[in-house]
Order: sequence, then C-alpha cells, then structure tokens
Amino acid sequence: MPKYLSAALRRHDIQIGIIIAVMATFFSTLSPGFLTLGNLMDLLENYSVMAIMATGLLVVLISGGIDISFEAIAAVSQFLVATILVRFGGNWLSAFALAGLFGGLLGVVNALLIYYLGAISVIVTISTMTFYFSILMFVTQGRSIYDLPNWFTSNISFLSIPFPVMVAAIALLLTLFLLSQLPIGRQIYGLGGNPEAAKRMGCNIVGLQCFAYGYSGFMAAIAGIVQAHRVEEVVPYALIGRELDVLAAVVLGGASLSGGIGTVSGTVLGILLLAVLQNGLTLLGVSSYSFGLVTGLVILVSVTATAYAAKRQRMRSVRHAI
Amino acid sequence: MPSDLASSSPTPEPSRFAGLLPSDPTITMLGALIAGAVIIFGALTPSRFLSGDTLRAIAFQMPELGILSLAMMVPLMSGGLNLAIISTANLSALVMAAILTRLIQPATPPSIIAAVIVLALLAGLLTSLVIGFLTGVIVAFFGVHPILVTLGTMTLVKGTAVLATSGTVIGGFPPAILFLGNGTLFGIPVSMILFILCATIVAVILSYAPFGVSIRLIGSNERATRYSGVPTEWVLVGVYVVSSLLCWVAALVMMARFNSASAGYAESYLLVTILSAVLGGVDPFGGFGRVLGLFLSLVLLQVISTGFNLLGFSPYLTAAIWGATMILAIVIAVVRDRWITRLWPVKAN
Repeated sequence: MPKYLSAALRRHDIQIGIIIAVMATFFSTLSPGFLTLGNLMDLLENYSVMAIMATGLLVVLISGGIDISFEAIAAVSQFLVATILVRFGGNWLSAFALAGLFGGLLGVVNALLIYYLGAISVIVTISTMTFYFSILMFVTQGRSIYDLPNWFTSNISFLSIPFPVMVAAIALLLTLFLLSQLPIGRQIYGLGGNPEAAKRMGCNIVGLQCFAYGYSGFMAAIAGIVQAHRVEEVVPYALIGRELDVLAAVVLGGASLSGGIGTVSGTVLGILLLAVLQNGLTLLGVSSYSFGLVTGLVILVSVTATAYAAKRQRMRSVRHAI
Repeated sequence: MPSDLASSSPTPEPSRFAGLLPSDPTITMLGALIAGAVIIFGALTPSRFLSGDTLRAIAFQMPELGILSLAMMVPLMSGGLNLAIISTANLSALVMAAILTRLIQPATPPSIIAAVIVLALLAGLLTSLVIGFLTGVIVAFFGVHPILVTLGTMTLVKGTAVLATSGTVIGGFPPAILFLGNGTLFGIPVSMILFILCATIVAVILSYAPFGVSIRLIGSNERATRYSGVPTEWVLVGVYVVSSLLCWVAALVMMARFNSASAGYAESYLLVTILSAVLGGVDPFGGFGRVLGLFLSLVLLQVISTGFNLLGFSPYLTAAIWGATMILAIVIAVVRDRWITRLWPVKAN
C-alpha cells in the first residue's frame, strides 16, 4: 500500500513537472530573456520568501491542520527582531535565532489553543492572526523601520547564488530531512493520516502539534527576516494578506487539506509553477493585472483535475470490490 | 473505552443539551457577553455610549458585515466554506457600477434611469449567480474541497475585477442606489432593513424549508443524506448560489455606502465573517447553527468596536479584541460543555 501511495504521489509530482517544463519551453521560445541565468536567479529570489513559508505550512497541512496566522507571526517576529537589532546590534546568527524563537513560540501558542480547546485549527489561527497582527499594528501605529544595520541590508551571495535563495534551499532541505528521515516526521504523517490511530500507537499528539505549528511559526519568522533583508526595511503590513497565496502554492504541489499527504518536492513544484507562469507572462509583456485571473484559473483547473482523478480512482476500486 | 469513543466523535454538545437547558447555551452566552459589554462601556462613557447615536452607528455599520456573514454562514452550515464572498460582491458591484456610470448621463430622463438601474441590478445578479453556480458545480460534482475551490474562484474573480478595472475605482451613482446605503425608512437605515430581511429569509429557509433542512443534514453527514434520497449535489449547488446571491445584496449595500465600487473593498472582512459566524454558534464542521446566534455575535462585535471607538482606542486594538473574543468564546464553550457533562452525564450513543 505505501508503495502504491508513493507511486500515486510521484505521478502528481511528475504531472506538475511536465506542465512546468511545457510552460518553460513555451516562454523561452517566445521570449529569449526567459531562459537566462539572470532571469532564473531573479525568479528564484522573488519566490524564496514564499518557499520558506511554504515549508512550515506544508508540515502543518501534513499534520492534518491548517495555519492562517503564519504571515502575522512573520510580521510580528520581523518587527521584534528589527527593533532589537537596531537598538542593541547583532549579527546574522542572533537575528535568525531570535526570529526562530519568537516565531516558534507564537506557533506553539496556536498549537496549545487548538489542542486544549479542541477547536478547529482554521478558526483558532484566524483568531490568533487577527490578534497578533492587530496588536502589532496597535503598537507600531503602522510605522516602518528604515534604519536597519548595514550588515543586515547589504547584498550577500555565494557562487552568485543570492542569500534568500540559499536560505530557502536550506529550509527546503531541512524540511525534507525532517519529514522523510526523522521519526517525528513519520509521526506527523501518521497524525494527519489518522489521528485516532496515531494516538493509540502512542504518539504524543500535543507534542506533535506543538512541533508542527511551532515549525510553521519558526519558518515564517525566518522568511520574515529574509524578506526584511530583501526590501531593506520593515513595514508592519507588508507581509499580511498573502496567506492564501502560499496555501495555493502548497496545495498545487499536491498537499491535502485533510492531512497525511504532501511532499517537499511537490511544494517546490507548486511554487515553481506559479513563479514560472507569472515570470513568463511578465516577460511576454502581459499586464500584471492579469496575474490573478491566470493564477485563479490554474488553481481551479489543477484542484478540479486532481479531485476528479481521485474520484474516478475511487469509483473504479468500488466497482472492483463489487 | 466508551468515553474515548464519545470524545472522538465530532458531535457538537449544544444541540444535544438544547432541550435540557432553559435556552440555547450559545444564545445565552452571547446575550451575557453583550450585556457585559454594554454595562462596561455604559459605565465608562455613560453620556455618549448609552445614546441614540451609538445605536444608529451600529445600525449603519452592521449590515455590510452582516450580509457577508450570512453569505459565509450558509456554506458553513453545509460543512463547506466560501472564501470568494468578498471578491464576488466586489465583481458584482463593479458590473453594476460600470453599467450605471456608462449609461446614465446628467441629461438622462428619469424613466431611462429607472430602466438602467433595473438592468444594472439584473446584470449584477447574473454575475453573482454564475459565480455561485460554477463554484457549486465544482464542489458538488467533482468532489473538490470547498476551501480549494473557493480559493481558486476568489483568486479568479478578484483577478477578473482587477484586470477589468486596472485597479481603479468606479463611482458616482444615482440617488436611488445611494438610498440603499445611507437612507432611512421610519428611522431605520434601509441597509439594516435589507440585512434583517436577508437574515429572516435565511433563518426560515434553514429551519423550515426542505432545502434548508437538507443543507443542515449534509453538514452533519453528507453520505447518509445522499443514501436517504436527497439529491445532495444539487443542494450543494444551491448552497453556493444562495451564498452568491447574498453577496449580491452585500454588493448593493457596499456600493451605496461608498458611492463607488472597486476590486479591493472590504477584503479585511473575509476572515471576520468566519469569526462572526463561528462566534454565533455555527459549527465549522457544518450541520449546526442559528441565524439568531450570528445576529447576536454581530451585535457583540459592533458594540465592542463602537465602545472602543468612543473610548478613543485605535481600530487595531478593536480588531485584536475581536480575535480575543473569539478565543474567549471557545474557552467559555469548552468550560460550559465540561460542566454540562458533569451535571447531566450522558451515555455515549
């Protein structure tokens, strides 16, 4: 059964991969600027913040929950870290450590509320999102932080790979390792697949949920730092409102909202799909006003096709059983 | 381990005890919270809070969020969700706005204006109907999770609106339209009358009409409902059509209040509508919920926001309190259910 499942998953990955390849070929024949190293690096850098956030959301989705509050967590952590850095100074290590700490803690608050109140995760995280973000706006009065330290805003690259892309790559590899190699990763799949079974197997449910939501908060905060580095300022409301875009990318990558299903490779492909589409359209000179329309169509067609295939599969197996 | 099995089943507690308690516990709790909020704000700002102005402010602010919350509530009752309500309302408003502003010139005679208004209303209605029908068909016949479908339709519909307007605002409507948002009838705002009308219709449908009962049954157990002969697919299509129709009414109220339409209005309301519905006792898994509860939760949210406004607090603090109220309401519900099970122990069914 696991073999069959993994084969099915791979098929979805391959489908998305083929669509990306077809689109990339299409765009590169129409616009010679598409398949250049510079453009591809730009593309990766533009979507690196989204990719880092997506890894955290992926883990929560696999655990059978959903997190709407991660952008708010990113905004809050970003602001806290920037304030500390401006006042006391610091370095990259302390920036990431502090961000991870704040983000992780705020995520764990989500998990504890969900577990001890027995409430549905989407409602709890909508509430905490509203709460975290409004408190942030209340405290900052919407004011931005511009005087970030020089070391923080200066461009860093290694082998001409920009810093955000490196962080995104590390985040993706870390999540891949966590989900596929560590026991806790397998337990998270188990929790999402069948919570009751996971409980009876002796999994520590509250611990796993704290880990999943904490990880989501952690990654969101890291993404917040990377975003602040890219735009060289901290604007309290800059990150908010894109929660559902990240969710769309992760879902395009084959993660299931009912839990237990999802891969890092799929998530990468989901983000690449949106990235290549929007970048290609820009290069073709299509107005950026049409992005929403195109993205919406892609999401609708993709989720409908996936669900329809699954439904036919189910019907076939029912017929076999009869 | 019967207790384990009982706790793992998603049967909501309130419905089971509705007959035992004097009234619906959600309604009691919301009533108590509203009374508490009114007493606190009344004590803090006696001269200004306990006045007709407060009531008027609440009556003018509630309908928009209220009608949109109804549009969210109907899919929630069926165990679904409609994330596209705001974008549907905005696109519908834009279609109406475009017709009104293009076809009505300063010199247009009143009879033609009336015809144009009717045409605009019909076009907006049709826009909403098409969106709702497509959403419903994809949810019902392809079996896609409503969050995913409406995430797609939300992006698509908003994308269409942004592309059509290039992000601009269309404004300047005839007085008949503006009357819907700012006028009063017997001292009651017209928008409030519209909201109460919508709320009553939705309440009657959900409680008495076969369609409404089917919606609640689907929310409880879709498969069992299908096996008992209900055409669940078409009921689900109906759910999203009704939700979209309510978005059309919300579109009318919104465009009348702002005297303009845009692709980006009221977006912050999206998650608040879920919040107000759930605060009002609508089960996010579907099947249970009352319009009265939703109404009271909206009153509570408006009382809080008006009160904080009078105290001179930032609107952001109000939003934070809304989020905290939601968590508080869940805590109260959990504690309450624990006490109820202790006082009236029920055998696992």
